[in-house]
Amino acid sequence: MTLNQPALEMKGISKRFPGVVALDGVDLEVYPGEIVALAGENGAGKSTLMKILGGVYQPDAGRLRIGGQEVIIHSVSDAIGRGIGFIHQELNVLDNLDVAANVFLGREPVWGGPLQLVDRPKLYAQAEAYLRRLGLEVPGRTPLGELSLAQRQMVEIAKALSLDARILIMDEPTSSLTLTETARLLEVVKELRAQGVSVIYISHRLGEIQDLADRVVVLRDGHNAGAIGREEISHDRIVRLMVGRDLDHFFAHPTATGKPRAFEVRDLRTRRYPAQTVSFEVGRGEILGIAGLVGAGRSEVAETIFGVEPALGGTVILEGRTVTIRSPRDAIAHGIYLIPEDRRRTGLILDLAVRENITLPALSRYATAGLLDRGAERRAAEEMCLRLNVKAPSVEALAGNLSGGNQQKVVLAKWLSLDPKVLIFDEPTRGIDVGAKAEIYQLMRHLAESGVAIIMISSDMEEVLGESDRVAVMHEGAVAGVLDREHCSEEAIMRLAVGRREPHEP
Amino acid sequence: MKKEIGTFVLLVVLCVIVSIISPSFLAPANLQNLARLIGMYGIFSIGIGVVIMTGGIDLSVGSIFALLGVLLSIMLTEWRLPGILAVGVVLAVGLGLGLLHGVLITRVRIQPFIVTLCGLLFYRGLARFIASDETKGFGGGGFETLREVATGSLFSIPMPFILLLLVSAVMWVALHRSVYGRYLFAVGRSEEAARYSGVNSRAVVTSAYMLSGLAAGIAGIVFAFYTNSISPSSHGNFYELYGIAAAVLGGCSLRGGEGSVVGIIIGAALLQVLQNLVNLLGIPSSLNFAVMGAVILIGVIGDQIYQRRSAKVRPA
Repeated sequence: MTLNQPALEMKGISKRFPGVVALDGVDLEVYPGEIVALAGENGAGKSTLMKILGGVYQPDAGRLRIGGQEVIIHSVSDAIGRGIGFIHQELNVLDNLDVAANVFLGREPVWGGPLQLVDRPKLYAQAEAYLRRLGLEVPGRTPLGELSLAQRQMVEIAKALSLDARILIMDEPTSSLTLTETARLLEVVKELRAQGVSVIYISHRLGEIQDLADRVVVLRDGHNAGAIGREEISHDRIVRLMVGRDLDHFFAHPTATGKPRAFEVRDLRTRRYPAQTVSFEVGRGEILGIAGLVGAGRSEVAETIFGVEPALGGTVILEGRTVTIRSPRDAIAHGIYLIPEDRRRTGLILDLAVRENITLPALSRYATAGLLDRGAERRAAEEMCLRLNVKAPSVEALAGNLSGGNQQKVVLAKWLSLDPKVLIFDEPTRGIDVGAKAEIYQLMRHLAESGVAIIMISSDMEEVLGESDRVAVMHEGAVAGVLDREHCSEEAIMRLAVGRREPHEP
Repeated sequence: MKKEIGTFVLLVVLCVIVSIISPSFLAPANLQNLARLIGMYGIFSIGIGVVIMTGGIDLSVGSIFALLGVLLSIMLTEWRLPGILAVGVVLAVGLGLGLLHGVLITRVRIQPFIVTLCGLLFYRGLARFIASDETKGFGGGGFETLREVATGSLFSIPMPFILLLLVSAVMWVALHRSVYGRYLFAVGRSEEAARYSGVNSRAVVTSAYMLSGLAAGIAGIVFAFYTNSISPSSHGNFYELYGIAAAVLGGCSLRGGEGSVVGIIIGAALLQVLQNLVNLLGIPSSLNFAVMGAVILIGVIGDQIYQRRSAKVRPA
């Protein structure tokens, strides 16, 4: 590692969004030819920090130096102009164009003259030169659509290099690659390091970090939690920094012992992770938390159980009987309900009244011979709103005009007016204010006590620890382990979430 | 609701203006003829409107008129089938084509525009082939009962208008008072959220195309007897566009989830009054489409301005 001037210096970077402090005085330096891994839990501030560097956000406070020179990055194109390349997790390539066109999009070499015709020989020659440097031996005129995901990623990196990037940000570059592809990518990253490029590498896979990083910088709750030098990098040290020792809370709440098994999923295979199987069980009156990092396949499991996505295999057993679910209608008929993650898109119809949203799943209850009895509908909706303390001007208000918390209660009201046996909450309190959050927790516990089996997917660690009777932790499409109350801690969950098997699985 | 009122005001204003300039507008014969046309156009416009409420489109209606008209004529004059049977076959074919569209859209997942565009081309070609590209008709006499039901009058109200009242009464209840209607609007607003609430959105969407096909069948019979001669290459040309225009004028949004039966009828009436206006005021009939296009555009722009203003007034 060179000890000269850092290629990048970020000092005291702060950024707040309405209601949240995303970053609070974060520092980060990267030297030329150094790979810095950036680690942290979901929501620790990694993405925000990188978006500031990439010109997507403006920091509220802090200074930024590139090559020793203080700069302000106003926009994405500004960042690119200063030699910062950003390889996003979701690739930004156009699969209707060929490889070379992608590499030089917007900067095509042209013949002279007013027509600005593309100098195709030059375009292909230059593109192929960059691709070769990355070890991607494909002709420049290959349609991008024919490349594998890993190859597309190389095209993105070639694009960044062609822009003369000296600092390369890679956000979860291996999340959708196979093992061999990952190994190849890591080689390329190391070659780039040898060529003097600075790399900021974000990954949830600690194995890769160990292999690659010269230094690990850990963020926690928008602060620098610490840094680890090359020699000291280990799973445990990273996890400990990510979680923080001061967060060893203990949550007291009802224990779920000896509850009969109400709901069981056996060897379920989802479209997202067809090679993995998921099995777990939930007792009557139990809240099973499902933790894991973003992209671990948790929502896909929920949507597959609910019949939104087809199951590729496996069985769902409700109260001892195997049930077949091909659509949400089937799931609803069996009393299995989903409170989806994206309530504005899938949970509610925002342009319909609260009343219409609440009665939609069981509309025929409020009808005789197919004709609706609006009075009955109204009374039922009003009763549910009263029971769940929904704050709305009336049940005729449009669902889209309510606050997040009240919208979530309306989604709940839809299902509670029926007879739930299994309720699946996907991120139940995301974007909800504290007061409504507490009400939703109470409701959840109350429902469990009345005998409903509850599955709660959550990325909010406090929520998982505070509300679950047991926690299943998912990692890359599979259940990495199930923790019961005594063994459940933030550290234990994180260890499983990043892919380390628990030695004593319960 | 507000959109319908706007269109209704426009309709009344137009009627007043036309009757001042040309008092023959109010002549019973003219009004009767107008009601007849409104009836015919209104029926299939409701069908297209239902499709639009699901967020789809039906471009095939005009060609379905040609196909069903040719079929009806052949069944009655060449095969000598009983009237009731011929009508049954025509309505069944209308329903069947709607079912086909629905299945292609919901199961094969082809866009509604493409499916019904192919329908527009295919049924027109089929009609011309079946008829050997010759004009078909029902002759001077015969089929009196059917002719009476399709084109006659009851208490001097033209039958097509009475049929429209019947169809719209049924559709009003179905759309605005029944479980089915709620599902239709829910799917039109957000197919995904409706599915997550357990609505069988495929069935709902398919049924909308079937209703459109059925409405095209009913209107097609009326229209065939009204013209009494079906030239397969031009019969019903552009009619789907009248239907779409009526639905849009009547408050249907092409994004789906919005609209009403009453609005569509007002929209269909407005278009016919415009046409009548062109005739009565002696505007060259070559300008017919231009006038219609201009008025629809003005109506939609007016609605946009109104909505933007009311959005500003409304507190956040």
